[in-house]
Formats: sequence, C-alpha cells, structure tokens
Amino acid sequence: MSLKSWFHRFGSAPFVYRLCSALAPWFAGSAALLTVVGLVGGLGLAPEDYLQGDSFRIMYIHFPSAAIGMGAYVMMAVAAAVGFIWHLKLGHAAAAAIAPLGAVFMTLALITGAIWGRPTWGTYWEWGDARLMSSLLLVFLYLGYMALRAAYEERDKGDRVAAVLAVVGVVNVPIIHYSVNWWNTLHQGSTVTRSDPTITGDMLWPLVFTLFGLGLLFAWMLMNRLRGEIVERERHTRWLQDYLTGPAQ
Amino acid sequence: MTEFLEMGGHGGYVWSAYGITMVVLIISGWAASRRHRQALRLAKLAGAGPGPARKPKVTEI
Amino acid sequence: MSVFSDIYKRDLRLSFRRWPELMNPLIFFAIVTTLFPLAMSPDPRILQPLGIGVAWVAAFLASLLALDGLFRNDVEDGSMEQLLLSPAPLGITVLAKIAAHWTASAVPLLIVVPLAALTFRIPPEALPTLSAALLLATPALSVFVALGAALTVSLRTGGSIIGLLVLPLCAPLLIFGARATDLALGGEPVAAPLYFLGAISVLTVSLGPLAVAAGLRVGLE
Repeated sequence: MSLKSWFHRFGSAPFVYRLCSALAPWFAGSAALLTVVGLVGGLGLAPEDYLQGDSFRIMYIHFPSAAIGMGAYVMMAVAAAVGFIWHLKLGHAAAAAIAPLGAVFMTLALITGAIWGRPTWGTYWEWGDARLMSSLLLVFLYLGYMALRAAYEERDKGDRVAAVLAVVGVVNVPIIHYSVNWWNTLHQGSTVTRSDPTITGDMLWPLVFTLFGLGLLFAWMLMNRLRGEIVERERHTRWLQDYLTGPAQ
Repeated sequence: MTEFLEMGGHGGYVWSAYGITMVVLIISGWAASRRHRQALRLAKLAGAGPGPARKPKVTEI
Repeated sequence: MSVFSDIYKRDLRLSFRRWPELMNPLIFFAIVTTLFPLAMSPDPRILQPLGIGVAWVAAFLASLLALDGLFRNDVEDGSMEQLLLSPAPLGITVLAKIAAHWTASAVPLLIVVPLAALTFRIPPEALPTLSAALLLATPALSVFVALGAALTVSLRTGGSIIGLLVLPLCAPLLIFGARATDLALGGEPVAAPLYFLGAISVLTVSLGPLAVAAGLRVGLE
C-alpha cells in the first residue's frame, strides 16, 4: 500500500473509528494479562534490593508511568502538528484524546516517585531536582494545552491554537530525559536505559511486563477517548448516523 | 502472607503507591469509556440534523 | 531588514509614549523586592539565599506583566490586521515587536535587578554573573511571553491562562539563571549554566518568532 493511500486511510474518521472499536478488546485483554504477570513478578518473585529493601518495587509502576507520560506528550505534539500542518481534524482529535491521559500518567509518576522517595532518600519532594521539576512542568504543559483548548468557543480554533503550544512544549521532553545525566542531585542516574544496565535480570523482567502492560492500557484508554472525540466531531455526518442506526453494536 | 503485606517495613509506601495507581487508572479507564458512550448517546439524539455541523464548546474533561 | 527597524522603532516609540505602562513592571519589581524583607526578616543570613530567587521570580513576573500590551493594543486599533496582510514576513515583524518589548522591559530590569540583589546582601562578586545570566535569559523570556500573548490574543479573559502557558516554558530559564547566580556566590565556575542559557536563547530567538507568528495568525483568523 502506497504511503499516500495509507495516509488517506488513517486520515479518515470512519476507518479509524472502526479500527479502534475492533482493536479495543484485544488491547484491554493483553494489557490486563501483561500487567498482572508483571505485578506478580514485581511484587512477589523479584528479590528485594540490598540497598532499598522492598520499597524499590514501586519502580514497577513508577517507571512505566513516567515513560508513558513523556512518550504521550511526544505523541500528542506529533498529532497536533499533523492536524495543524495538513488540516487533518483527526490529528487534533488524537491530540485532544491523549492530553488528559498523558497528564494522568505523568501525575501518577510524580506521586509514586514521591512515595518511593520518602523511604529511599528521606524526602517526598525536592524542588531543586531537575527531573522532578521538568516532569512537573510537563504536567503543566498538558494542563496548559487542555486549558487553552477549552478557552476557545470554537473547537477548531482552540485545536489549532493549542497545537502551537504543544509543539513548542515538546522541547521540554528531551530536557527531562538528559537532565539526569547533567546533574547529580537527588534522582538516581538511569539504570535501565544505559548501555550497560546495572539492574539484575531477575529484577528487570517484571518491569518489561508492567511497562508493556501499562502501555497497552494507555493505548486502550486512548482508543476509547479517540472514539469519543470522533463521535463528537462527526455528530452530524452521514457515516455516523448510518453507523448508529445500522446493525446493533 | 504477612511478609508480603509488610514489604520489609515499607508496606505503607509500597501499597499506597500501588493502591493510588490502581484507583486512578480504573477511574481513568471508566471515564474514557463513559465519555465515548455519552458521545454516542448525544449523537443519536442529534440525529441527522439539518445544516452544517455545529461546533459545540468542549466543557467536559 | 528595513521592515525590522521600522517596526522596532515604531513599537519603541509607542512604548515610550505610554511610559506609565512601561513603569508598571519596574514598580512591580520594586514592590516585590521591598515586601520580601519586610515580610520575612531583614536578617542578611535569611535574605541572601532568598535574594537570588526573589530577583529571578520578580524579573519573570515583571516580564509577564509587560506582555499584554504586546499584541493587544495593535489588535484593538486595527494595525495588527494590516501587519497580517502586509507582504513582509510575519516572523520578522514579530521579532521586531519582541525586540522592542525586550528593550523597553528587560533592559531597565538589567539595571534594577543587580541593584536589588545588592540590597539582599548578594556580594558584588556575584553581580556580573547575575547580569550575564539575565542578559542571556531575558530574550528567551520575551519570546516565550510573546508566545503566550499571541496564543491568547483573541480571548476576552486571556490574562488568567497566560501564566499557566508561559510558566513551563520559562522555568528552565529561571532554573539555569538561579543556578548560575548560586554558583557565583560560592565562587564556583559558572560557565555551564550560562552556556545553557545562551543556547536556549539562541534557539528560542531564532525559531520562536515563527511559532509566535503562527499562533497570531491562528488566533486572529
């Protein structure tokens, strides 16, 4: 299939809607499965850390939440940019769908990180820490995107204005990722994404499961939100009305 | 079993972190589905209305 | 290039004509730096660590305060429409307006902030770094603030949202700037954060006006 026809398919609201509807149950199911396996491994099977004891197990939900929170922002910025440049409403719909989810995951990362920080480093929060700060700012960027969008009466205008903000904000995401390498403050250096991971295998494997499990969960929630956005925007179109009055779903 | 719950003395931290995460994710998931179902319901009511599509103000998260 | 200087001179002239508006950020800054010692304590041991933070926060807030007039005045008297229609690239026009805004708002700050820092018992040795950091940070600050102004220009109650939009973008500037000043206080090398500030400013000033122009067009269409 040529790139152009690929583009046309994914720019078509009915196609994307039907695709999401079909995929959603599979995503939900596999998300549940992978997450449960990861949790069993992380909470039960992995040995305790010789330094941190059992509190390190929070990592199994903290790390995926942070990764998803950051990745989602990039997705949102790309979707908003696509919507802006090519006047593709679906791009804006996707960005609007991602924003609240990304904000939730990033906030969860901050909360779980704070709870993990207390027994490990003695404090819930450290205002000077670069990664904490830029993660908090990422949450503000999400909120700013949502607030700016909502401030405009006309949805299409709000979409486009907020898209500019989303793209400008995306420069913050690499700053988060690399800031840990530039400062030796509170947060530990990366142990997983380095070229020589310093974490042992039997502690690492549940993380892979929870990472993909929570990622699929995010994708499932995203698909539902996207379906909602599409229905709202396409309320008066023929295809939707046919779909609603057609064979029972 | 108690060892599992105690988590080497860090039980409060571990379980509150996991608990908050589970609750928030469940609520998020439910809210996403609810939004979709609400949109479907409103679309059905709107019917194949006359004229170009209105642009409603987005008020709900 | 003449477009740039024309708009720059025009905007600067207009700002000086509305000089009470120009004074606002400076007065605000003076109030903030006066209130803090009154509210906390005049003890230099408490003031000194505070001083850096207060100086930077006040500078940021003052810049935010000065932004509203950036585009709104032009929109109201119709000249913005003319600028949008003109064949000159909107990016250059925007850059000129931002430059004028920077000259009118940031340059006075560059003088006033180090003076205020002195009152907070910041040793004079740290002042060159503070000034250098401000000099490097304020252009980017002006660009980000302009972006906030552009994105909210057609909103009736734009003011409340602007802070939320601009804060995440400006925060790295505050962080690096405060860190540079902190390092200077301790006598340590300040090159790293200053390089960062410089890099951010260069990037922002070159690419930012494009985003601001795009935001303006979309906001006013």
